[in-house]
Amino acid sequence: MAPGGDVEFDVAVVGAGVVGCAIARHLARAGASVVVLDRAVDVGDGTSKANTAILHTGFDTQPGSLESQLVVRGRSLLADYAAAAGIAVEPTGALLVAWDDEQEATLPSLVDKAAANGCADVVLVGAEEVRAREPHLGPAARSGVSVPSEWVIDPWSVTLAFATEAVGIGTVLRLGTPVVGVHVGDEGLEVRTPDDVVRVRWLVNAAGLGADRIDEMLGHRDFTVTPRRGELIVFDKLARRLLTRILLPVPTARSKGVLVSPTTWGNVLLGPTAEDLEDRTDTATTAEGMERLLADGRRILPDLGAEEVTATYAGLRAATEPGGYQIHLHGDQRFVSVGGIRSTGLTSAMAVAEHVAGLLDSAGATWRGLPVATAPPVMPPLGERQVRPMRDPARIAADPAYGTAMCHCEQVSRGEVRDACHAPVPATDLGGVRRRSRAMNGRCQGFYCGAEVVALMAAETGTDPAALTRVPR
Amino acid sequence: MSDPAVLVVGAGPAGLSAAYELAVGGVTGVLVVDREASAGGIPRHCDHTGFGVQDLHRAMTGPAYARRLADRAAGAGVRIRLSTTVAEVGSDGSATLVGPDGIDAVRPRAVLLATGARERPRSARLVPGDRPAGVFTTGQLQQWVLLTGLPVGRRAVVVGAEHVAYSAVLTLRHAGVTTVAMVTSLPRHQSVPAFAWATRLGLRVPLRTSSRVASLHGHGRLEAVDVEDLVTGVVDRIPADTVVFTGDWVPDHELARRAGVVTDPATLGPRTDGWGRTSRPGVLAAGNLVHPGETAGLAALGGRAAGRRLAETFQRATTPPTAGALLTVAPPLVSVVPALVDPGDLPDRFLLRTSAFSDRRLVVARQGGREIGRHRLRHSVPNRSLGVPGTVVGAMVSDGGPVELTLV
Repeated sequence: MAPGGDVEFDVAVVGAGVVGCAIARHLARAGASVVVLDRAVDVGDGTSKANTAILHTGFDTQPGSLESQLVVRGRSLLADYAAAAGIAVEPTGALLVAWDDEQEATLPSLVDKAAANGCADVVLVGAEEVRAREPHLGPAARSGVSVPSEWVIDPWSVTLAFATEAVGIGTVLRLGTPVVGVHVGDEGLEVRTPDDVVRVRWLVNAAGLGADRIDEMLGHRDFTVTPRRGELIVFDKLARRLLTRILLPVPTARSKGVLVSPTTWGNVLLGPTAEDLEDRTDTATTAEGMERLLADGRRILPDLGAEEVTATYAGLRAATEPGGYQIHLHGDQRFVSVGGIRSTGLTSAMAVAEHVAGLLDSAGATWRGLPVATAPPVMPPLGERQVRPMRDPARIAADPAYGTAMCHCEQVSRGEVRDACHAPVPATDLGGVRRRSRAMNGRCQGFYCGAEVVALMAAETGTDPAALTRVPR
Repeated sequence: MSDPAVLVVGAGPAGLSAAYELAVGGVTGVLVVDREASAGGIPRHCDHTGFGVQDLHRAMTGPAYARRLADRAAGAGVRIRLSTTVAEVGSDGSATLVGPDGIDAVRPRAVLLATGARERPRSARLVPGDRPAGVFTTGQLQQWVLLTGLPVGRRAVVVGAEHVAYSAVLTLRHAGVTTVAMVTSLPRHQSVPAFAWATRLGLRVPLRTSSRVASLHGHGRLEAVDVEDLVTGVVDRIPADTVVFTGDWVPDHELARRAGVVTDPATLGPRTDGWGRTSRPGVLAAGNLVHPGETAGLAALGGRAAGRRLAETFQRATTPPTAGALLTVAPPLVSVVPALVDPGDLPDRFLLRTSAFSDRRLVVARQGGREIGRHRLRHSVPNRSLGVPGTVVGAMVSDGGPVELTLV
């Protein structure tokens, strides 16, 4: 689509995170013509990419809240969707572990809360049983709570799958396109970008960290967003043997604590810290944050200290005030705002989309097209326990590029890096290649393959390698 | 494919040297597998001279040395299979090979792991800050410049001051990048004086000693590096678009660990005796997998020793060592390789590493509190090879408990 063109869509979704992409997919399947706008150059490049990758049950949400309903519903939708799309899910289960009297005293109330949220399989586990289940836990571990249905999922592929499916049925993805203003007219809305004006009939705000600003453009101050930085450490795959379940902290009045979790890529994730910031772009890690995490990690799994760190990063969560999911219909403006979708948003995204579609329907929205029953796209098998191309004789026989290793640490073939550059929602930067193929995400962080991946990506996409790596002129 | 007698994993100096010795020692069916598209390992992308001195007794560039070792092995009858990953060494001794031609299972009589070492990247060093482009390790930088010809940047900070850090400065210079500072947490550089002087005076690269990188800054591309003086606590912000993390070697031990061999907690590589025997029958290890960060020549010599012994006494060389003692070190020494020694079968040399500069250069070996040997080092510099002849423990007894090496 040429910038500056005078176009019209049924719906504009602001924000190409997991929630925005889920909404776009849902509305496009319902027959809407949809445009998704995001300032980032890739989908899921904001809060979504630094998600803790848990397929939640909602056991610890506020019973009866919108979040609770949408997480429960979303989980069931996403579990089915992920299975159909070939997105890695591991049914690990989770164990909340108490480390002191205060935490131990909290456990029964968590079981009650879980029951109120419909999670009947959440039960207390005695200290001996906790140790039997997770023998590498630190000596101070006490009793806990088992949450068998709390699983891990590949979060990047979820956003990509939603976007891929939406684009496949005509959704226009405008990345690198910030929304700088909105004008509400009689017939619809004018969404202003630095280059043009997009005329749409309905507007959905799924802008995550920027959601309050989009709301303000329409005169709403229902909530404010505070970026909450969470630092995380990813440990090497050799640490994966140290746990089988997600090890959750017991939240108390004083602290939320950090989790240690397996990932579908075969690593171990430790974090996140929680620190409220002013700067909505500050994803720097800090010495204090790393130190605190390592200390927590050693307490939870002492053997973790001897394993190599693969990656460290920080993500920003969109903490809203007031808290809880803030989904508001402003029918007179043909506007739905979706704010306050915190870390449960990955799990709830499909249900949030359903809910938003319901609100639009209740406001009388109709779509120009007919509903389409698309099947989920088949995503690349990125899970460590999936059959990846370099372990699949049939794929290698069909195309030797799938047997030609490029990223050794993550066992990513040349064919997969190539495919990431030509996907329906293609990678346009190195982060995009990482999230679509796992290349360069491993223990060496590019020592072996960095140069080759950049060279291949430049060749496949016709991009100047200096631009890919932002070499100063 | 037919089963090889010996599967060598890794076509670097250690693997190629071991394979050559096996072949000239009469072992037929030696297969070297490497995941890269060309043989030679790290020297492939080290475009400076000095390679080959320790093992071939002549100096050549890294790429020439890599070719020489590969040609020599191939000429002796070794099969070298490239672009092929050893996915697994199974508990039954079989190995799974993955390459563009497909997936094969082979069952060699012995596996020699020579998978080398890599530099710890920024993340593993827990350097905080932003995550911009422009952050390298030396290995990545060398491939960037010498193998793929990619553009680098303009102003670089090099982290480290051992040999490889000076090599990084040369590669940067070759790529048109000015090194604006070298940073080491130690009080002095750890290279040879000639490199250090040439870099400091010839290239005018200031060396910041007793300093560390405290943080990286930049959205998109690196903009500045915060360097903290560890003595004064003062932090300077140095504008730079490139930072190279050098040294801090960690063995590529994943295959070894997954194969279940016992790891040395100091080196993180497999614990071996002087002939590369590990705790697992039929699995050997040599080179920088065992002693990360040593020169290519020392890696080649380790491979040579393992290959020769394996060619001579196949049965014995593939049986885990039982007799003998464990070697330990006292601070500031941090590691010794090999750490397993049979008094009747001493290795040619021990490789030591120290963590701090010291005036003490005398290595004393003690067993059960009794001195059994001593050797004076030429230097005791951190991040450099410290070689001690095997005979330093010649007076040890096999049932006398561990032998401790101390610097006095």
